[in-house]
Amino acid sequence: MADQATFADEAMEYMPALYSAALRMTRNPADAEDLVQETYLKAYRGFGGFREGTNLKAWLYRILTNTFINSYRAKKRRPDETELDEVEDLYLYRRLGGLEAAQVGRSAEDELMDWFTDAEVKDAVEDLPENFRLAVLLADVEGFSYKEIAEILDIPIGTVMSRLHRGRKALQKELYDYASQRGLTDRPEGPDGAGATEPVDRQPARTGPTAHDV
Amino acid sequence: MAEHHDHDHDHATDCEAALAEIYTFLDGELTQEKRVLIAHHLEGCNPCIEAFDFEAELRIVISTKCREEVPESLRVRIAQKLTMLAQTDQIGDGDEGPRPVGA
Repeated sequence: MADQATFADEAMEYMPALYSAALRMTRNPADAEDLVQETYLKAYRGFGGFREGTNLKAWLYRILTNTFINSYRAKKRRPDETELDEVEDLYLYRRLGGLEAAQVGRSAEDELMDWFTDAEVKDAVEDLPENFRLAVLLADVEGFSYKEIAEILDIPIGTVMSRLHRGRKALQKELYDYASQRGLTDRPEGPDGAGATEPVDRQPARTGPTAHDV
Repeated sequence: MAEHHDHDHDHATDCEAALAEIYTFLDGELTQEKRVLIAHHLEGCNPCIEAFDFEAELRIVISTKCREEVPESLRVRIAQKLTMLAQTDQIGDGDEGPRPVGA
């Protein structure tokens, strides 16, 4: 059983991560601040029930997520998950792969980092339907394992995986749309080799709602 | 026979299998056995390495760009509230939820 007196010492370091997630969830700073504050106060009160030696960060995220779902989500209803288009695997790589290596003397990561502004990446994440957004945030931004995400969101691991799968693809499509709008993909010469940037115009394997997200 | 490893056989199938597990691989969620198989495939397959690198780098970009700084006012406010709660608890019966009798 954890001692409330040590709560602040142990929990304050997670505030940047919690606040970042809260902003992506609520999509506005005032609500994000309220959400984080409420999370800390609830966590303090419930700290006696936290088992020492288990994952404090995951425990705090569970409180954050539950508080968000119960108190904030009704305010701004996002599109339902069935509205997610079917997107092919490796959507972004098939369109932009290879371009990031085009600039001599720069690492591929630097190139990729410059493709999208901070605001574009944040908007793309925030535009994901909520279930997918939470899964992608927890996995790709916070690095939680499938099992941890399953516990935080209180859903089966298979559901975590399907939400991640579809959420990541949808995120890539959003990012690609930003890139296209700016003409980033209109480079005069494509990279040779792999044919990674060949225009892909495949029909989606499926359209409309699917039974993926059980 | 058993010693003969023909890694080129059915290479396309290997690529397909590797790419199908690209996220579980990057997520660190594969069994050791599967992880080794894919790592082995990647050693000899540039197109697959490029795809894996791209996805790994994209993830770094996404997580880096989603980091926010906590407003100092929020940090202070939460610290103050926690201190107040702790003091109330020490004095006696705070109104912050159920407490064990005789604490």
